[in-house]
Amino acid sequence: MRALLLRDLRLAVRAGGGFGLGLAFFLIVVVLVPFGLGPDRALLSSIAPGMLWVAALLAALLTLDRLFALDHEDGALPLLATAPLPLEGLVAAKAAAHWLTTGLPLTLAAPLLGPLLALPPGAWPWLLASLAIGTPALSLIGTFGAALTIGIRRGGLLLSLIVLPLYVPTLIFGAEMARRGAAGLPIGAALPMLAALTLGCLALLPFAAAAALRVNLR
Amino acid sequence: MTGPVLRVAGLCVARGGRRLVEGVSFDLAPGHALILRGPNGIGKTTLLRTLAGLQPPEAGEITGAEEAAYASHADGVKAALTVTENLAFWAELYGRELDSAVLTTFDLAGLAERPAGTLSSGQRRRLGLARMAAIGRRLLLLDEPTVSLDAASVARFGHWLAEAHLGGGGMAVIATHIDLGLEAPALDLSAFRASAEAAPAGGDEAFL
Repeated sequence: MRALLLRDLRLAVRAGGGFGLGLAFFLIVVVLVPFGLGPDRALLSSIAPGMLWVAALLAALLTLDRLFALDHEDGALPLLATAPLPLEGLVAAKAAAHWLTTGLPLTLAAPLLGPLLALPPGAWPWLLASLAIGTPALSLIGTFGAALTIGIRRGGLLLSLIVLPLYVPTLIFGAEMARRGAAGLPIGAALPMLAALTLGCLALLPFAAAAALRVNLR
Repeated sequence: MTGPVLRVAGLCVARGGRRLVEGVSFDLAPGHALILRGPNGIGKTTLLRTLAGLQPPEAGEITGAEEAAYASHADGVKAALTVTENLAFWAELYGRELDSAVLTTFDLAGLAERPAGTLSSGQRRRLGLARMAAIGRRLLLLDEPTVSLDAASVARFGHWLAEAHLGGGGMAVIATHIDLGLEAPALDLSAFRASAEAAPAGGDEAFL
């Protein structure tokens, strides 16, 4: 698993690997929002947590179709599947690599973009925490979607249609946690629900994705 | 290296819900190889994929194929990684250290630090075959291993297979149309062609 994780990270930072694509997309979307909405600070600061979350979600989505497609194209996938590493481990390593190259940079960049959207400084820790807890679920759900759509040429759109509805609960609780943090309200149930979603995805989705891979590799 | 015999009994394989060959039976003892022959589309690749565990057999039994390594038409080579990095990854995935002798054996030593994306198709194929040496499994399932190799590389590969792999107690099932210079029996799959009217393979449940 460690070997696969390191290989995927190394591939991501090499030429054509796509590291930074998601992050750049995230930056651009967040920069575009004030241009579209005008300089009303009250409006911007009220939509900032939700906007940052939606942008993070789309950025995570953007990089999903490379997850298995590259290994499928060059024939590495059947070779990986016949290696001693169980498919569940393969899926977990892929999801971890996706999070490390997409979710983690997004999480770290989000507070830096707060001032652009007039996010009050007191909200930054909550935003950071909500993204840190929520983005692993985005990577895991996305890995499952990518495993389902392997072998479909130009399957990116189908992948988005499958994955986006599944992102809804994470988005709701993640944005709610960041919003409550920004407004200085008690966080309440949003934090445990978000954490539960991520843990549930971590426990179940590697098995679901491995089952999808098994069928798709026939 | 000694270990269990690969035993295949009454094997039937299907591709896309259609049975290709049925009743395939053979035993393969350590130190021996089997050449699969037959016209295109007879089911050589499907049989190898079934032995590799990528798809379940329609009928029949396979025993002793646990320590199999599969090499498909595609090499699974990562263009952005160097030759050494590619091999080291596979070796590590199989819990081994990369032995630099592997590079020499497959005439890759001069290419070791080249990104695999710049290799010719024959060189990439040699890298794909060197992977089989790097991971050190007992049973090799090779699908057309000599495609795009020149005569010298074919001889080099045949020599490695006979001396190092089979000589060390390994086994190999090879689908190929050319002579690798191996002393190995050939199994012509056209003798096992599935009858055309064989029942299609169940419904959704069989598919899953």
